[in-house]
Amino acid sequence: MSMRIRVLGLACMAALFLAGGARAAQTVKIGFPLELTGEIPKVGESSKFAAEMFKEEINAKGGLQVGDKKYPLEFIYEDNEARPESAVNVTLKLIERDEVIAVIGPQSSRQAVPAGGVANDNETLMISPWSTNPDTTKDRPWVFRAAFLDPFQAPVAANFAAKQFNAKTTAVIFEISNDYSKGLADNFKDAWTKRNGKDSVLAFESHGPKDQDFSAQLTKIIALKPDFIFLPENYSFAALIIPQARDLGYKNPFMGSDAWGSAELMSLCGDACKGQFFSTHYAAAGARGATKEFIDKYTKKYGYVPDDLAALTWDAVRLVTQAIQAGGKVEGNIRDIRRIVRDKMAAIKEFDGITGKMSFDEQGDPIKCAVVVEITNDGQFSFKESVCP
Amino acid sequence: MRCGMPAVFPAPAPRRAPADHEKGSLMESFIQQCVNALQWGSFYALIALGYTLVYGVLRLINFAHGDIFMVGAYIAFFLSTGMLAEGGMFGFSRELTLALTVPLTMLLTSCCGVTLERIAYRPLRRKGAHRLYVVITALMCGLILENGNLALLGASRRALPELLDKRIYSLGGIAVTNLKLLVIFTAVLVFVFLHGIVTRTRIGMAMRAVSYNRFALPLMGIPLDSVIVFTFVLGSGIAGLGGVLFAMSYPVLEPYMGAMTGWKAFIAAVVGGIGDVRGAFLGGFLLAFVEIMVAAFLPSTFRDLFAFSILLLILWKRPTGIFGMPLTTKI
Repeated sequence: MSMRIRVLGLACMAALFLAGGARAAQTVKIGFPLELTGEIPKVGESSKFAAEMFKEEINAKGGLQVGDKKYPLEFIYEDNEARPESAVNVTLKLIERDEVIAVIGPQSSRQAVPAGGVANDNETLMISPWSTNPDTTKDRPWVFRAAFLDPFQAPVAANFAAKQFNAKTTAVIFEISNDYSKGLADNFKDAWTKRNGKDSVLAFESHGPKDQDFSAQLTKIIALKPDFIFLPENYSFAALIIPQARDLGYKNPFMGSDAWGSAELMSLCGDACKGQFFSTHYAAAGARGATKEFIDKYTKKYGYVPDDLAALTWDAVRLVTQAIQAGGKVEGNIRDIRRIVRDKMAAIKEFDGITGKMSFDEQGDPIKCAVVVEITNDGQFSFKESVCP
Repeated sequence: MRCGMPAVFPAPAPRRAPADHEKGSLMESFIQQCVNALQWGSFYALIALGYTLVYGVLRLINFAHGDIFMVGAYIAFFLSTGMLAEGGMFGFSRELTLALTVPLTMLLTSCCGVTLERIAYRPLRRKGAHRLYVVITALMCGLILENGNLALLGASRRALPELLDKRIYSLGGIAVTNLKLLVIFTAVLVFVFLHGIVTRTRIGMAMRAVSYNRFALPLMGIPLDSVIVFTFVLGSGIAGLGGVLFAMSYPVLEPYMGAMTGWKAFIAAVVGGIGDVRGAFLGGFLLAFVEIMVAAFLPSTFRDLFAFSILLLILWKRPTGIFGMPLTTKI
């Protein structure tokens, strides 16, 4: 009896395996190691929604035109739990077991920097839509991104804050274990001291990944009376830090970075975040052309305005599919296909995305504009200023 | 001893000598940090009390306790959003919502704690399993609660609606909100209440008796199981109360919120002398003071490193904690 079950099981497994192998030849597989759970789940959700919308659109037309044949898209989503070690594992799984042609994600630099190493070592094209830390793509010919870099974002935030708040001094709170937060904080400190002199960053405070109380750091900062506080933090921390600072009697403004730009920020932060500014990739309010078309479609489908994650993921998926189409080949040895796709990706010089026009440098980093948005009283992120390199 | 802690690790020498008015503001910020520590310590104390109660009675480290605290915060979230006027079912005012949320959350969280005891710990105890296995079971229960929540409610964070009109009182450079005062006041009140129960009442005497000799107790006609259930009701109820207050003070709820806070509260209970109500209470505040003062007067990067090194030193001097007694095993 048990022998028969075992044989049956083996047969089933073999059948599945064969079916999987047979299917793999006919679809275009792209892997998404995303932050679906963990501390920034909305990041993963937005990215997945945008990718699903793209896939449905293409598959409704019969698939992606590669050469003279159409292949349906197959997107595989894996949860990296917003943890660096999980990001490495799931990226490896996508590359080795699922044999994807390319990887899109992880989104946050904390995950994208280690995952980029894995993709590069395994010679698979990876695009991180949202990661802004230079290390993600640095000296990694197989890794690209769709977002601007922190060394560019930091002076944008610094110059804007200096002008808008008429500020001379600042203080920074960042998350010590997050490559994104730490890197941006360092870049900002450099940019600000270059502009306003050596001692103009009054405090440079950090916290851990699970902290919920920031009163010690805030009390220290508030006693030094900075003109504003820079928070290069994930939205969930911004939503905790800002109300706590107000409770401790802080009245000056905050300046944020692109990690604030989640659709979930306002539901967590509420009134405390209104009137604050942050630098980001695109502004949904007042968009035109293809960007507006995307926003309308997404809003209709999912019921909320897409955040920058969704827009950047959309651009990244378009970049990858464009490279695959340019390669003209999806059947055969996966290693060869990956190499062709990566070469075609590197050959893209100009790209007109919904987050703006971009051109790529030799590191695989786009040169594109940043925007500064204001959080209005009705919770919208409204366009304030655009800064181009 | 606790307030003297920063003197051991003085602030890094400032680049220039502080002027007179800066000394004043230094004092102010020190007092402000003490207030911060009192508030943060209240949460540690409330959770640590639950750890210590269960340990004191059963010699069981209930590692699921931090997650029971998380369940309390979520129960408070659902109760208050359900009851509040905007979009809620009943349309109660904020004051009424708060007044109902607190006891109901405590009640429901107690039920959660008792359920755990019923389905996880009691069967093991009946079979005479070694304490180690019960502790591991507790760890697993904690993980089940976390991941069950994740599966049930998704990874999205929730924000508790504001239940209290926030008022900020400022005195010189020191700012205190009415919520912080409420938190500190509640923690002290709970401690006094609990200490009273354990030392002054018959059921308290029974609890101490269980901890003294669990096997002789039934011979004296004391219902062992009821005493244990009562202990879980008390501990979980207090965790629920802590959950409500925590969700009001730090209104971003997520499934893993109880894990780290719970572990730290457990450390606080151990440093205070686990098994002793006074120890848990003081341990909670001690841990918060050390954490906050380290972050305040040293680079905040080293916060946990220094904080826990100090606690290690305390345990090194007093391995059984501040109030702990050396335990001699009988049998």
